[in-house]
Amino acid sequence: MSTLTLKRAETQAPLARSDNPAQPFRVAGGLVDRTRPLSFRFDGRALTGFPGDTLASALLANGVRLVGRSFKYHRPRGILSAGSEEPNAIVELRTGARREPNTRATVAELYDGLEASSQNRWPSLAFDALGVNALAAPIFAAGFYYKTFMWPAAFWEKLYEPMIRRAAGLGRAANAPDPDHYDRMFAHCDVLVIGGGPAGLSAALAAGRMGARVILVDEDSRPGGRLLAERREIDGRPAADWAAQALAELASMPEVRILPRTTLFGVYDHGSYGAVERVSDHLAVPPAHTPRQRLWRIAAKRAVLAAGAIERPHVFGGNDRPGVMLAGAVRTYLNRFGVLPGKRIAVLTSSDDGWRTAADVLAAGGTVAAVIDTRPSVPAELRRPVEAAGGRVLTGSFVSGTKGHLALSAIEVSDASGRFDQIACDCLAMANGWNPIVHLDSHLSRRPVWREDIHAFVPGTLPSGMTAAGSAAGDFALADCLSGGARAGQEAAATCGFDGAAAPAPQTDPESVSHTPLWRAPRTKGKAFADFQNDVAVSDIELAHREGFRAVELLKRYTTLGMATDQGKTSNLAGLSIMAELTGQPIPSVGTTVFRPPYTPIAIGAFAGHHRGKEFRATRHVPSHAWAEENGCVFVETGLWLRPAYFPRKGEADWMESVNREVDTVRAKVGVCDVTTLGKVDIQGKDALAFIERVTANPFGTLAIGKARYAILLREDGFVLDDGTVARMSDSHYVMTCSTANAARVMQHLEYARQWLWPELDVQIVSISEQWAQYAVAGPRARDTLKGVIDPGFDISNEAFPFLACADVTVGGGIPARLFRISFSGELAYEIAVPAAYGDAAWRAIMAAGTPYGITAYGSEALSVMRIEKGHAAGAEINGQTTARDIGLGGMLAKKKDYVGRLMKERAALTDPQRPILVGFKPVDASQRLRAGSHFLGVGETPSLAADQGYLTSVAYSPSLKSWIGIGLIRGGTERHGERVRAYDPVRGGDVEVEICSPVFVDPKEEKLRV
Amino acid sequence: MRIRCPYCGERDNGEFTYLGDAGGARPDGMGTDAAAMHDYVYLRDNRAGVHRELWYHGAGCRSWLVVTRDTRTHEISDVTSAREAGLARRNSGTTSGEAA
Repeated sequence: MSTLTLKRAETQAPLARSDNPAQPFRVAGGLVDRTRPLSFRFDGRALTGFPGDTLASALLANGVRLVGRSFKYHRPRGILSAGSEEPNAIVELRTGARREPNTRATVAELYDGLEASSQNRWPSLAFDALGVNALAAPIFAAGFYYKTFMWPAAFWEKLYEPMIRRAAGLGRAANAPDPDHYDRMFAHCDVLVIGGGPAGLSAALAAGRMGARVILVDEDSRPGGRLLAERREIDGRPAADWAAQALAELASMPEVRILPRTTLFGVYDHGSYGAVERVSDHLAVPPAHTPRQRLWRIAAKRAVLAAGAIERPHVFGGNDRPGVMLAGAVRTYLNRFGVLPGKRIAVLTSSDDGWRTAADVLAAGGTVAAVIDTRPSVPAELRRPVEAAGGRVLTGSFVSGTKGHLALSAIEVSDASGRFDQIACDCLAMANGWNPIVHLDSHLSRRPVWREDIHAFVPGTLPSGMTAAGSAAGDFALADCLSGGARAGQEAAATCGFDGAAAPAPQTDPESVSHTPLWRAPRTKGKAFADFQNDVAVSDIELAHREGFRAVELLKRYTTLGMATDQGKTSNLAGLSIMAELTGQPIPSVGTTVFRPPYTPIAIGAFAGHHRGKEFRATRHVPSHAWAEENGCVFVETGLWLRPAYFPRKGEADWMESVNREVDTVRAKVGVCDVTTLGKVDIQGKDALAFIERVTANPFGTLAIGKARYAILLREDGFVLDDGTVARMSDSHYVMTCSTANAARVMQHLEYARQWLWPELDVQIVSISEQWAQYAVAGPRARDTLKGVIDPGFDISNEAFPFLACADVTVGGGIPARLFRISFSGELAYEIAVPAAYGDAAWRAIMAAGTPYGITAYGSEALSVMRIEKGHAAGAEINGQTTARDIGLGGMLAKKKDYVGRLMKERAALTDPQRPILVGFKPVDASQRLRAGSHFLGVGETPSLAADQGYLTSVAYSPSLKSWIGIGLIRGGTERHGERVRAYDPVRGGDVEVEICSPVFVDPKEEKLRV
Repeated sequence: MRIRCPYCGERDNGEFTYLGDAGGARPDGMGTDAAAMHDYVYLRDNRAGVHRELWYHGAGCRSWLVVTRDTRTHEISDVTSAREAGLARRNSGTTSGEAA
């Protein structure tokens, strides 16, 4: 065993116990600001602390050791650690809408007015009625839910599960919407440094000095890591001072960004990293315009993993009693926060490192009751100061049990010979060696590797671009952290093309990292916990072993070891080492489970960012939106679009009255509808026609310049993708429209066809959906209306501009516009497109021009009624499961060209005459309402799947027919006009006898649109 | 993941949409039988290893890309514009599946 020198930093004043009666455990020193006391409450009790405290350090300063109840057995729990690995001290923070469950008191920064309460206890923390679960512990052993609550089966849902859920809670989420907002940032850098301890600061300094763009993330409010927690010296000065100076130098570098309070929670492919910055968590309420948290997505060429290490607890009976802590955490509370966590502190150590805790306690004027070293012998220079101060030193010994009602009052110490001793103490510091944090480098399905010399897992093959340094790489000595970090930072910057050599590593006081871990006490009394947060004891691991759940992944799931919110940061190796011992294998043969993001729990709100409520997605307004709003329009959300649904007028009782009036006006006079939401694609080039022929299923070879035609697009599997129109504006210039819902998908499909299927075609396509506002003007007076809009000189008479004509025109005295004579309503109709910037003006001009003819604006509801009256298929019919034949368009399909979907649509099942086909339906009793989704059955037939003949796809009340009408898909429909079937709708209690008819209810001879 | 678009540079994968195997060329619908077309439409390689696949840069330049990616490690060894890959395939007279 090597020696350890404990040299006090000369510059640090001797610590003396404070006589602050409000904080009886506060001592001198530390990095807290004593000039400004802060008030806070824990379980309603008023307490004080200082800026710089965490909730945990402030609780310890006040002598609060009992902080929570455990998950399963409701055992009293205290504070184990001083960092984000904390399994026990998890509390509810804040109140009301800001209440946050499962917050680790060890990372919650204290602010004035903070309110915290303990979780999972009833009625109170000190008296928890469910503590009886501990008496029933045999019931709650590993896999208990598979065994105990099996019979009778009916009891599970009604009794057992609610009971278990109530008993095993981990705090309550707020029941009101989060009043704060969350932000998202993207960042790029050369070198990302993960962790701001000695290795991370050295790496950032080395890379920053070379001029690299560096981002340094550290989860603490104050970077420095263990430098803030240890009495160490760097270049003859206190380590915390060196850290402060390093940070100041980094802050002065323009290419370096320091992100404190930021947890790097995930490592993703190709140098992508996720981090969450707790911008305002240390404040009672975020300042105005400041987010609560910010999610960072960082793209880094290189990364230095300097995340540090987590100390290992010892496993012995009663190791969960409040007052039992990690030895490094005791030093953190003492040296950083000026808090001595006990009046009589005992140290249980398997390493030289643990003796440092005893030395620090003595230096602070505290009492060391005993140091128990599990190793057989200890160098005299370690023992001497403890013995000189009256503390006992027991070597070759271990703690076999603890005593105390709600917190530690004594420990039981045994040795191999069976000697047994009891030592009074109120704090036990455990030092069992450290585990490098291998979570982040394992995120990309990589496994850590075992290093026997340090008895710990270290990073294995690192993700591309990442290097590990310092404790995270298994180099625990401070000198190695400083030099290893600098080397990693220099090398990372160099591979990004920056020049420079690393400065010589600073000098540190000597130290020893020698340790021989004790994986569990050889003999013990009471429950010995491996996983504190999920209450997994040694006995559970033994049970898993006996029952054959020995593979590490089975062990994890059977016992829930490592599955709590702390992802087993303090427990995984304890569990593995015990299973290794039970199975007689070395630890690396047991293997490790997989670590996944996030490293610590992340609020869903941080991922959602601004995308919540109405801001979940963007809202798109049509060009006539302002006019529609002015005129009392009712809107409907269709995808991102907010479309006018209908325009109620005074005296109209309900939406149907408004819609009926809009339909009647269009059919008798004229109406205008904003159809800008349709997808519009500009297609140009020598091979434009060849391209269109291959993506459409009907022929276009004969389409003359100045003509438009209905277009059907299939998928390659033969089903209909979408429908729309293609208009030929000139020899090599076409404009295609498609449906609103499929606009993006059709564009992607067209690009696929152009770039990948037929790259040799000389054609360019671009989406012009946003560039052109487009309005349908429909009704017998449509032409009269448009004459008042289109510049004089362009003849739109029926002879000059017949049905399906298209042309470039001008409006408003020279503004370019496009005019298409196409009709969705079945009336004489045009669609006129103007540049989007003129959309509002053009709409108002149309309304003005149509006023003498009684024009109405109509919305998507009237549009839908009229298309159903005409039997036009839309989204409900073109639903990805229908072929062109199914929706009655089989006759239009081209025979003499190849196109997407041509062969596959011919498959036997798709051409089966018994396949449901689109027809119309009328209720036999015209007063009866139809419901879309109703299934067709024979009259008098018993409902069954076998009897199902198809279903109603779309229904509407037709003001033209004064009856409900519908279109739908039914077997052999075309041959069954006049036949009656039932439209059966058990969900809404509908059962209506309907007559099969033509899907075209209005103007079947298509005379109106050609006048 | 990050994908190096030949036109836009290295971009976050949130800008891209995945399609799948950049497999064989589409048979001519007039000169083939349904069985060949069926294989083209439905049969896809799903390799554990180096895989040529199609991605669409919809939130960028709207290019379809042929990305060569190792499905076991996500390592991307090549990104080519689908149009150029398609033209090269035409000129060489092979299917892209054979070219892989």
